[in-house]
Amino acid sequence: MAAEGHKLAIFRGLLKFKSNQQKIWGVLIFLSIVTTIEVALGIIKPEVLMSSFLRMKLLNWIFIILTIVKAYYIAWDFMHIRDERSGLKNAIVLPLVILIPYLAFILLLEADYIFDVMEAGFVAWDF
Amino acid sequence: MEVTTNASVEETQVWGGGNKPLNASYGKMMMWFFIVSDALTFTGFLVSYGFSRFKNINSWPIADEVFTHFPFLHGIDAPMYYVALMTFILIFSSVTMVLAVDAGHHMNKAKVTFYMLLTIIGGAIFVGSQAWEWKNFIKGEYGALETRGGQILQFVNAETGKRAAIQEFALGIESDRATHQSYNGIWYEDEKALPNVSVAEVKKGFLADPNLVIRTQQLTEEGQKTVLTRDASLAKIDEAVGVVEGANLIHNEYGNRLFADFFFFITGFHGFHVLSGVVINVIIFFNVILGTYERRGHYEMVEKVGLYWHFVDLVWVFVFTFFYLV
Repeated sequence: MAAEGHKLAIFRGLLKFKSNQQKIWGVLIFLSIVTTIEVALGIIKPEVLMSSFLRMKLLNWIFIILTIVKAYYIAWDFMHIRDERSGLKNAIVLPLVILIPYLAFILLLEADYIFDVMEAGFVAWDF
Repeated sequence: MEVTTNASVEETQVWGGGNKPLNASYGKMMMWFFIVSDALTFTGFLVSYGFSRFKNINSWPIADEVFTHFPFLHGIDAPMYYVALMTFILIFSSVTMVLAVDAGHHMNKAKVTFYMLLTIIGGAIFVGSQAWEWKNFIKGEYGALETRGGQILQFVNAETGKRAAIQEFALGIESDRATHQSYNGIWYEDEKALPNVSVAEVKKGFLADPNLVIRTQQLTEEGQKTVLTRDASLAKIDEAVGVVEGANLIHNEYGNRLFADFFFFITGFHGFHVLSGVVINVIIFFNVILGTYERRGHYEMVEKVGLYWHFVDLVWVFVFTFFYLV
């Protein structure tokens, strides 16, 4: 097992840690900061970010992007994907990266269409 | 353990077996593939939640108004604080898990034991918190009326702008209506317990207080719930057919019933993952204490359950975003 084979740099080498434990605490601090930002934004709900972009509020886009950032660091540093061979890395990450956006895209598009049908159709849903 | 790298393998040995191109053991790889398939399961759930939400985009409940409780702070509106705390607890237990894995790499039994224990405690606190969230959600807060079409009518005090609880403003009416029990009916069928107040009582209380207005499920342009005028409210209340208090799989006082269904299903499925994770962690914890992995010469089992545990944390990060933030 690659006990000492940890890659100790995060943020593309911007931040280098001396030991694996230090890296873990560093990543924890980073994840905590991101979560705090999310919660703060969720409570304040700045007016600037309420405008719509691609049928969704800008604020919601920020939440989703921050979530993916968090997911990246959990997978890469806590689950040690960073230390795996690229073959295993791709076998795990590529199916998810391809299938999840695909599924989300077709279902959300369909839901948007159904919303239009219900809205503009001749059936009353509120009676 | 021996480390075989591709570069050092002779051409003739490549097909001879014993070569690990991915440098991961069988168990670890299978755990990873399980995680991938489980991730796709959760994707299915969360995307279908998104489907229902986009389908009802102009009438979906506002999460900030649904989850407003914090332990020991009664009557204080604290949206999201508690779930944020739960997120921190779970991330922290993820950290102790990865520290246990790291200690395992150094064959440090005492440290593995300690960190595994912290992980189990964190997981248990999280499951307990989730149960508490469910309890609040099921119990409900203000109560509402439901129309024949399944729309929820909530009540607001027009003067203060605050929500009004039906329990408080409903006026009692003398009625002989009692819960039907199987022993006093011909068809031996039980009836579900009657709500504490009836539609007629809520209506009477509503008519008596001129400050009360109805808030519908529909969202305005600004993403707020539509509040009707007093006149429109008086017309609307006649459409009500039932009292809803709290949420279950059929009725939901917070708004669209699909919201409650998905909430129970997705957080329940995730909670079940956490619970099974805690159980597996406990088993591994005892194995560590008994010295099983010390004798085996490596702590790879800790690493494997660690992967599962981190995955549970990973899913929660997404559940948190899509249920509470977005």
